[in-house]
Amino acid sequence: MIRSDAPVLLEIRDLRASVEDQPILKGVSLTIRAGEIHAVMGRNGSGKSTLSKVLAGHPAYRVTGGSVLYRGEDLLALQPEQRARIGLFLGFQYPIEIPGVSNLEFLRVATNARRQEQGSEELDTFAFEDLVRERLQVVQMDPAFLDRSVNEGFSGGEKKRNEILQMALLEPLVAILDETDSGLDIDALRIVAGGVNQLASADNATLLITHYQRLLDVITPDYVHVMAAGRILRTGGKELALELEESGYDWVDAEIERLESTSAQRITAEVG
Amino acid sequence: MTSAATVGDLVSQPYKYGFVTDIETEKIAKGLSEDVVRLISAKKDEPAFLLDFRLRAYRQWLQMEEPDWAAIGHPPIDYQNIIYYAAPKQQDKKASLDEVDPKLLETFEKLGIPLSEQKRLTNVAVDAVFDSVSIATTYKEKLAEHGVIFCSISEAVKEHAELIERYLGSVVPSNDNYFAALNSAVFSDGSFVFIPKGVACPMDLSTYFRINSGDTGQFERTLIVAEAGASVSYLEGCTAPMFDTNQLHAAVVELVTLEDASIKYSTVQNWYAGDEKGVGGIYNFVTKRGQCRGDRSHISWTQVETGSAITWKYPSCVLQGADSVGEFYSVALTNNRQQADTGSKMIHVGPRTRSTIVSKGISAGHSSNSYRGLVQMGPKAVGARNYSQCDSMLIGDQAAANTYPYIRSQQPDASIEHEASTCRISADQLFYLQSRGIGFEEAVSMMVSGFCRDVFNQLPMEFAAEADKLLALKLEGSVG
Ligand SMILES: Nc1ncnc2c1ncn2[C@@H]1O[C@H](COP(=O)(O)OP(=O)(O)OP(=O)(O)O)[C@@H](O)[C@H]1O
Ligand SMILES: [Mg+2]
Repeated sequence: MIRSDAPVLLEIRDLRASVEDQPILKGVSLTIRAGEIHAVMGRNGSGKSTLSKVLAGHPAYRVTGGSVLYRGEDLLALQPEQRARIGLFLGFQYPIEIPGVSNLEFLRVATNARRQEQGSEELDTFAFEDLVRERLQVVQMDPAFLDRSVNEGFSGGEKKRNEILQMALLEPLVAILDETDSGLDIDALRIVAGGVNQLASADNATLLITHYQRLLDVITPDYVHVMAAGRILRTGGKELALELEESGYDWVDAEIERLESTSAQRITAEVG
Repeated sequence: MTSAATVGDLVSQPYKYGFVTDIETEKIAKGLSEDVVRLISAKKDEPAFLLDFRLRAYRQWLQMEEPDWAAIGHPPIDYQNIIYYAAPKQQDKKASLDEVDPKLLETFEKLGIPLSEQKRLTNVAVDAVFDSVSIATTYKEKLAEHGVIFCSISEAVKEHAELIERYLGSVVPSNDNYFAALNSAVFSDGSFVFIPKGVACPMDLSTYFRINSGDTGQFERTLIVAEAGASVSYLEGCTAPMFDTNQLHAAVVELVTLEDASIKYSTVQNWYAGDEKGVGGIYNFVTKRGQCRGDRSHISWTQVETGSAITWKYPSCVLQGADSVGEFYSVALTNNRQQADTGSKMIHVGPRTRSTIVSKGISAGHSSNSYRGLVQMGPKAVGARNYSQCDSMLIGDQAAANTYPYIRSQQPDASIEHEASTCRISADQLFYLQSRGIGFEEAVSMMVSGFCRDVFNQLPMEFAAEADKLLALKLEGSVG
């Protein structure tokens, strides 16, 4: 839902980031307002997950330029845990297994960290159990998963559901879902997408990273962005995704070549 | 960017218990000789049998060599440069706590062990040992009503000489090993516990060891005897100030259970570990052994080892009685330059004896952490069983973990099962927890306590939470 007067939640400007001195993000700009659903598509290796991890604060990535404002605040100055507490959520493409740490306990600590930031009271074990049972319905997940270690031995699809369960508990303002649809069977895809729709509201925003139109059939994006070689190459409405489905990414190469050569020329000009 | 700043700040987190109590101490001259052994015995006004025990041990020690098989390294220890007896200056042990030097009471209070009547821990009786002597034991009278003896070993030598003569050195003979021989020659104080037939000790017992002097060795001796059908849960804690020299701690603990008796012995060891560069810290060479003499008796060791520059320690069970049970649950954490070589020995003698070993080693920084364990099935151990599980967790990429399981079986009808695993806390796991709003330190401690859960579950409740906090504190700044 696009409303031009809705508050800006996330403002990414010319964001650049490297891993081990290798530039990956080469100037990403993106504005996300409350109520909006954005989809980011693009070839494997184009930098989609990197963008999501830089936003969440992964220590492996070094920001080399640009800025990110989260509700007007400098997001990049915050520790990852603080970003989460103020309402940024990253649904991982590859959720991590944490042996020995109970899923239930993990969810409770995480939920309370967010609640504390919001000024809500801490939930004890009993109150939390009630809440978690209610939220389990969003993803139609078996309560047995609560008693296991975080993601340990979960199937690919189960891990993705666990991500959405976390999102349902944390009630983020900006949710970045990195390929939450991949690895899901047809029923699970419908359930997970239904969950995401259910959680979306006029006050929050969702950034979906996906390769497939079938997700966007269920969750209708307001904007579709195409990422290539660490940039957002094109932005359009939901029809852009359909176009990509049809014609693929071949056109991207020429465009990238043009961009890289102009920037090379610019650099030569600046140096010379 | 994320954690670098916090890591830096937290590495310099000081050891909480590193203070020195300024108190007048009576010390004897440095060095060890037969005269020194006689002097210690004379100072303690000991009966002849004990002086003989000490002298025999001393002569045995002279013939022995420091063991070199453990995976530890340290400069040679100069045994002539150690003081073998130091005691806070006050007359004989005080009849009442009111007469104990307030500085000593204050010290223990600062360590979280209040001794005075009003403040002392409810439901735990404490024997407080400061340098070489026991300064106070709480709840003695209450325990006496049940026939339980809980006092310092020096006191027991005088008041219960026949028990001491019967049991001292009966589990760990004075020539058992180099450090046990040294301890037998010069041991200063420690605790004695006797639970008479059929009595379940009405409260937990605990000894708190505090080293205060910088140049003194601590050689305490603990003896716990549970008669037929008796049971007790005992907890040992220890801390020391920070000195840039190394101090030697060589203790001996002996446990005896008769038929159907059980002893649960828990340790939370937090001696000063030295600084990040490995300067200073306690050398902890300890011999702990329990003997299940009676049928169906039970000895359980639980240890949380977080301190000391060097830990050399193998709490063991000799399972003589038929159907007796031995257990060893251990968490050993090393950080910075600490070295630990620890594990257990389960010696199955009697039929259908059972033992369990669960060892969790956590190594961070540049430390080295080895599990070394022996499971032995003697010829009569028909139907005996052992299960061992040794897990290592590595934090960072400079730490080392090793496992040395030794198995000897002379009984084909005995079963031995051994499992081992190694894992590493990865930056991605920490980031995952952080990205859910969980702080860096809490994330580490969640993972570590998850790893240690099987062992913490064995600790008395109030100490399990302590142990959790202690590990978190020790690990602050070690992941990055
Ligand atoms: N930690 C890292 N170390 C080395 N290279 C990395 C790292 N993270 C990302 N890269 C590289 O950066 C580029 C972008 O990776 P990224 O994971 O962002 O792609 P993606 O668009 O999410 O791809 P996919 O569609 O396959 O998920 C790739 O070439 C990848 O190999
Ligand atoms: Mg990706």
